[in-house]
Amino acid sequence: MNTFSPNKEGFYGEFGGAFVPEMLYPNVQELQNRYREIIETDDFQKEFRELMRDYVGRPTPLFYSKNLSEEHNAQIYLKREDLNHTGAHKINNTIGQILVAKKLNKKRIIAETGAGQHGVATATACALMGMKCVIYMGAVDIERQKPNVDRMKLLGAEVVSATSGSKTLKDATNEAIRAWINNPVDTHYIIGSVVGPHPYPDMVAMFQSVISEEIKVQLLEKTRNEDPDYVIACLGGGSNAIGAFYHFIDNNKTKLIAVEAGGEGVHSGKTAATIALGKRGIIHGSKTYLIQTEDGQVVEPHSISAGLDYPGIGPVHAYLNDTQKATVVSVTDQEALVAAKELSQKDGIIPALESAHALAYLKKMTFKKEDVVVINLSGRGDKDMATYQKHFKL
Amino acid sequence: MSTRIQSIFKRRDNILSVYFTAGYPALEDTLEIVKNLDAAGVDLIEIGMPFSDPLADGPVIQESSQQAIKNGMTIKLLFEQLKGLRDITEIPVVLMGYLNPVMQYGEEAFISKCAEVGVDGIILPDLPLDIYTKHWKTMCEKEGVSNIFLITPQSSVERIKAIDDASNAFVYVVSSNSITGSNKKFDRQTAYYKSIQQLELKNPTLIGFGIHDKETFESACTYSKGVIIGSAFIRHITAEGISKESIQEFVKNIKS
Repeated sequence: MNTFSPNKEGFYGEFGGAFVPEMLYPNVQELQNRYREIIETDDFQKEFRELMRDYVGRPTPLFYSKNLSEEHNAQIYLKREDLNHTGAHKINNTIGQILVAKKLNKKRIIAETGAGQHGVATATACALMGMKCVIYMGAVDIERQKPNVDRMKLLGAEVVSATSGSKTLKDATNEAIRAWINNPVDTHYIIGSVVGPHPYPDMVAMFQSVISEEIKVQLLEKTRNEDPDYVIACLGGGSNAIGAFYHFIDNNKTKLIAVEAGGEGVHSGKTAATIALGKRGIIHGSKTYLIQTEDGQVVEPHSISAGLDYPGIGPVHAYLNDTQKATVVSVTDQEALVAAKELSQKDGIIPALESAHALAYLKKMTFKKEDVVVINLSGRGDKDMATYQKHFKL
Repeated sequence: MSTRIQSIFKRRDNILSVYFTAGYPALEDTLEIVKNLDAAGVDLIEIGMPFSDPLADGPVIQESSQQAIKNGMTIKLLFEQLKGLRDITEIPVVLMGYLNPVMQYGEEAFISKCAEVGVDGIILPDLPLDIYTKHWKTMCEKEGVSNIFLITPQSSVERIKAIDDASNAFVYVVSSNSITGSNKKFDRQTAYYKSIQQLELKNPTLIGFGIHDKETFESACTYSKGVIIGSAFIRHITAEGISKESIQEFVKNIKS
């Protein structure tokens, strides 16, 4: 399970670490000291794997898209994370972390959410495990992702509106961290992406690595070669991307492409393309690239997709970018919308707007016919129907 | 040679340290507030460098920070304003803020600028002890700028001792498991304060987070060298302004 890890202080090269206020130090340190020991036990692995299979519905299919393959002149496969229970890859991590929280004797779970997928996945895991659950969500996101808010409530979670700053994912994360400061003893904070202080980026990556683990097995079966030529994934904080990349990082064959949210264009001032615009900085406890002003104030990002609307990026992706192990690109809101519609109508799969960013990048690539390309279809589009209705005038 | 901070702790008890956000309520208020706090008899001043995402702060300081940023406050401008600092006050002044803006300014440039304008110390809640020791300690010591650490009710004795060893000004005792400006029951904290007092740290302690009136001030002073007040002061100047009279009234109500 562990092929790609940070050093013991949580750094990937110069990125990562744990820049947390002293109030959070004991909690973060407890996790740092224990997460690997807990996750690597046979009991834990058995329970996690069983839940992945019987509750989440893994392995998710690897679907050969004849239509996309013909259109783009390559062998294109879709990793169907959208078919997971709750509709996205997020549940791989929440099930893993809630098992960790139980081992740490925590009684209560808090989490941030952007699109609401991580919130729903957390509320689901909490319902299953009988844990109290509080979800922090930006007021703007509550508005644009209403169905997910209702789902969380139905699952028994309390949804708290984050009204500070830009009222999106960044601010929901701030509020969740503040809530953790206020409740350090009985509460575990389930971060939804490979962001935050060490050990979160590594822990979340470990749980999401199941995606690339399965891709390997499935590709071997379908193509007799477990390593594809390309893996393409959307990149906000970076949890689905690291999951899809994880077991391919150290091979020289597979090109890893992460697609950021360009918003209305990288230079429009309304974007969430962190690698394109960010400078080194510290956000939510880790050193990474960050969209910020010259004076170090975090800039409020923009993306049509709430799940990519984040001004930072997981430190592991900052590292993969700087070491050229991955290529980070971006597509606009409009390009993502077009890709979402095309996949819906050609393959009968309505993708999440986040995942549509990965699909949209296909148009910018030139492949050789025999190239094997895996797109990580990280989530389904049900939650985005309001946006689709508005833009496609359905 | 003892520093301005060490010397004030030697000379005075029941120290009142007041925090305000630079650039709030108005951009150019910084030195005026310093002057009026000094005149009102506070013992130490903390000037907040506003940050867009202040993780350890409650709504009051969040809002003052947002407004200050909107007003145009930056670290660069703050240092410009502080050029006249030592013409108007002799009491210790520390800067408090978050790591990211300081990183963009440049860590070394920041510390030497602090020394140049007469800032005595810094409080950066998201600068962890190990990173301080590795990358900051030497430059802070060279420039004579003290780094001030926080401890909380969750901090282990071992951790508190390590922090005390790395400090040379005072230790900032966070009163409860909370962000700034919260009103958790203050009386429950006395056992915690006593336990800190019994550790007999080499540095004096100031208690902060949730101190807002005479009663909480006096209770905290029983167990430490004094207190830090932030949110309550920001609330006061938001309502009553930053005039000499207004600030005097605030200080008198805490410490008379």
